Amino acid sequence: MESAVTAATLALTAVGLSLVFGVMRVVNVAHGEFFMLGAVSAWFITTWVGGPAWASFLVALAVAPLFVAALAALADRIVLKRLDYEPEATIVATIGLMYIFQQAALSFYGPQAMPVEPPFNFRIQLPWFGYSAYKLSVILFATLVLIGVWLFLTRTKAGLVMRATQVDRETAQAFGIDVDRVYAGVFALGAGLAAIAAVLIVPIQQAHYLMGHDPLLLAFITVIVGGLGSLRGTIIAAVFIGLSDGLIAFFWSPTLAKILATLLVAMVLVFRPQGLFGAKQA
Amino acid sequence: MLRLEGVSAGYGAVTVLRDLTFEARAGEITCVMGRNGAGKSTLMKCIMGLVPATRGTVTLDGTALHALPAHRVPLHGIAYVPQGRRLFGPLTVAENLGIGLMTRGMGEETRERVLTLFPRLRERLDQVSSTLSGGEQQMLAIGRALCLEPKVLLLDEPTEGLQPSMIALIRDVVVQLKETGVATVLVEQRPDAVLRMADRIAFMAGGRVAEMVEARGLTADAPQFMAYVGV
Repeated sequence: MESAVTAATLALTAVGLSLVFGVMRVVNVAHGEFFMLGAVSAWFITTWVGGPAWASFLVALAVAPLFVAALAALADRIVLKRLDYEPEATIVATIGLMYIFQQAALSFYGPQAMPVEPPFNFRIQLPWFGYSAYKLSVILFATLVLIGVWLFLTRTKAGLVMRATQVDRETAQAFGIDVDRVYAGVFALGAGLAAIAAVLIVPIQQAHYLMGHDPLLLAFITVIVGGLGSLRGTIIAAVFIGLSDGLIAFFWSPTLAKILATLLVAMVLVFRPQGLFGAKQA
Repeated sequence: MLRLEGVSAGYGAVTVLRDLTFEARAGEITCVMGRNGAGKSTLMKCIMGLVPATRGTVTLDGTALHALPAHRVPLHGIAYVPQGRRLFGPLTVAENLGIGLMTRGMGEETRERVLTLFPRLRERLDQVSSTLSGGEQQMLAIGRALCLEPKVLLLDEPTEGLQPSMIALIRDVVVQLKETGVATVLVEQRPDAVLRMADRIAFMAGGRVAEMVEARGLTADAPQFMAYVGV
């Protein structure tokens, strides 16, 4: 069950990272911090709202990703746009953003890890095992969000515009597409997805200002294995890596899980650099 | 109509267009000819705002296009068929046309007109555009541009690498458009094709329009072709 929860939230985080790279060609090193900010702002929101746990959690689930998305759009305008999305410069810039967000969280939130109460807390008893209803709902909700993202990209005008921009930025402009707005939107969407994953996970793990590292590493592994820019590949890789990470961590050790995942990335980069499902670059 | 005056433009420190003056009129086909590196494609990109003019003015019916961001230029009715087609390859034919329709908020009527002009596209609407043949891809590139219901159509070497039947089809479409009052700017390298279609020919050299001549009365052995194109 833990593994399935890891897979579900990893899929959300990695799809966000993959979208940003696919459309903008930006390797967002600050992606893990958007995840962390999602968790930390969920803690702030549930604390301020108070009342029944389910109500404050719902508010956090709605508001925290929007807040993080707005912050990402602002970072895009202030930092990435000014660098004209130049690939090397944006890597260094997002490393800078990573430290800014981390230190801001340390200043305003503090060094402690704090939990958010789950919105409901009961077990669904099946003949063989009992399952936490909340963990099941995390998997279900993450799946729904991913289906929503897929429908958004394939069935809406905004999704069509994003896909056209991903293929050819210059030609997109020749057809009236405001590429700067698309980039801001994609960066916000990517960050928002990481924040949703974090709000879902924060009743299970605690919110902490350094919690962005692991999701960032796993999301990068997932995106590289699945194929940069390939949503289908990213989701399949997330399920595989999430499940195996959880199982190896449970039966052996979390360190071994990370060693094997990193080894998998090395193997993929050596033998199939475009990823398992990515298209070969011409 | 479309007018460029004293335009300079280029890529970074490299200036390609130098003090260029050019004009395209409604209901006329203006062909642009010149050797490689003369600045033909840069002229097209400069009109579209994709390579911004560093000096001079680009105006369409009095509107200063050079002052607009690139994505606002097509809203004024300028459509572009880039060299090499530059389709949105992984998108379907219908989606490529959809992007064209969205640009100026055109609807079903325009789409129908384009599909009547290129019936082959109607049979391939759900096909991924990168899997089309070269000729079909060019039809789609032109169809996507016509979805803007343009006043000015810029075509950058649309017949490059196509078989003769496809070239004839594209020529027919361009001539039809001319009759509806569209100002067409066509970059083309073959004198025979140019002489069949053009009303005026702009010969480019060194980033300028070196000579602008009426096509009527010109023959394939005219000295300009040898001087500016080398054929």
